[in-house]
Amino acid sequence: MKYQSQKVAYAYFLVAMALFGIQVLGGLLAGWIYVAPNTLSEVLPFNVVRMIHTNALIVWLLLGFFGAAYYLVPEESEREIFSVKLAYIQLAILVIGTLGAVVSYLAGIHGGREFLEQPLWVKFGILVAAVIFLVNVSLTFLAGRKTAITNILMMGLWLLCLLWVFAFINPDNLSLDKMYWWMVVHLWVEATWELVMAAILGFLMLKLTGVDREVIEKWLYVIVATALFSGILGTGHHFYWIGTPGYWQWIGSIFSTFEVVPFFAMMSFAFVMVWKGRKNHPNKAALLWSLGSSTVAFFGAGVWGFLHTLHGVNFYTHGTQITAAHGHLAFYGAYVALNLAMFSYAMPVLRNRAPYNQVLNMASFWLMTGGMAFMTFTLTFAGTIQTHMQRIVGDYYMDVQDQLGLFYLMRFGSGVAVVLGALLFIYSMLAVRREVIKPGPVAVPGE
Amino acid sequence: MSEILTKSRARNVFYGGSIFFVLVFVALTAQSHRHITQTATAGMELTDEVRHGKHVWERHSCINCHTLHGEGAYFAPELGNVMTRWGAAEDPELAYEILDGWMKAQPSGIEGRRQMPFFEITDEEMRALAEFLRWADQTDTQGWPPNDAG
Repeated sequence: MKYQSQKVAYAYFLVAMALFGIQVLGGLLAGWIYVAPNTLSEVLPFNVVRMIHTNALIVWLLLGFFGAAYYLVPEESEREIFSVKLAYIQLAILVIGTLGAVVSYLAGIHGGREFLEQPLWVKFGILVAAVIFLVNVSLTFLAGRKTAITNILMMGLWLLCLLWVFAFINPDNLSLDKMYWWMVVHLWVEATWELVMAAILGFLMLKLTGVDREVIEKWLYVIVATALFSGILGTGHHFYWIGTPGYWQWIGSIFSTFEVVPFFAMMSFAFVMVWKGRKNHPNKAALLWSLGSSTVAFFGAGVWGFLHTLHGVNFYTHGTQITAAHGHLAFYGAYVALNLAMFSYAMPVLRNRAPYNQVLNMASFWLMTGGMAFMTFTLTFAGTIQTHMQRIVGDYYMDVQDQLGLFYLMRFGSGVAVVLGALLFIYSMLAVRREVIKPGPVAVPGE
Repeated sequence: MSEILTKSRARNVFYGGSIFFVLVFVALTAQSHRHITQTATAGMELTDEVRHGKHVWERHSCINCHTLHGEGAYFAPELGNVMTRWGAAEDPELAYEILDGWMKAQPSGIEGRRQMPFFEITDEEMRALAEFLRWADQTDTQGWPPNDAG
């Protein structure tokens, strides 16, 4: 750790991992309700379980991004964070808001726009936290050295915070509501978050492979250019059937097809950097997560996204288990695995230790990734059958669902593997054995 | 390639291109806004009752089990065309009666069957919800869903 204020990231990562645990346990319960639908049906209905599952995911990913920013901005800008106190206040607001949201969901108080169900006071809390964050990181950034990594990271974070404004805009007209809702949902995960992802991945490659900064930064600009050129008009693939004009079917199909490109580029980037790099960095777990993240993101977001993005296909698959399959693998690869890569890299440095528990950590990677891949396959098969029976043959929804029980059972099994992997990961991060050898006079572990 | 595509050129292409695509997107969004209000949803008036119905829909987080125009959770049936499925798209009274009867019979308690919770909804709210679903049903969704099964 070069700068003392980087330590702030430690608190962010701990809270993020706690929420990660809640998120996967909520997911496991939701998966079980698909298998045994009477489970808790009157105490904790499916809609509440799902809100906890999705909201916990979004909040912990954001906490991971914030933590990553607090970790890497000082190192890139070559100075301490503007205010450590503000960073902790921001975290406290987010923790209070998250706990408040969970309690109010359990009490049946919530909004009704998917993923934006937080009560209004929590939404304002998030807004305040976002403003504090932007001020804090921007002042650090502006005072110090500017690199492509921080340029792109700052741009992504600023835009994603600005887009949060759309969370407050809820027109009475349902179609308008849906159109503006996507300005948060799509332009987060398929545009601005990709900027954050590329910046963090670039930082990890810089540290882990030792490739020249010039090379990495040029790649980064090319990657984020393809991300925004395809992703902005790619929003059109959500505008096929919600009351928006027909021309979106062509714009959405064409541009969202190109959304595969940035993910392919990020995967190629990661592998080429590792091959080119001469550094033999001791943190193998962080390297595995980095390569794994870009690879799974390519399949989950890129390939599985393309699978149902053409309007002629989407006409039949829209809103089936195909969407669920894509959503799970895309989020896991692009954002979950990337955050876990950053945690794996930074936690040893933040604790002033050489990389630890690497075998456990890498085992958790294969458990989680294997589980998520299997889950995606089962849901894809379930979705294929559902699409045929419901959308082509015209059987009723529940009659079709009754035929899919075996797939939901297998999905639950894969969910168990993911949860075990997640708990193993958290354990491998937190439980560090005491050092047997006393550190020598120069106790700075390799970056 | 490395001489033609320098880092600063790559950066300029990124910034310039992004601004271009944002502008195109904003223009198309404005046009779509107009299309929605003047064409796609013009089939039925957006009354206070429909607005009220949308709030009822949101308060109970229906979207986290059902889909509406294909968006939402995939745990329960599509509701964007539910009034067509019930043959009640043109009949407010019938729409209310079927919806009321359905929702008051929940949860079914049948073993192995997905359970819809019982919601405390007044008569007025139930009528509003029925109107909201009728209103959603008349939206021009470019022919989606492919059939009445939703």
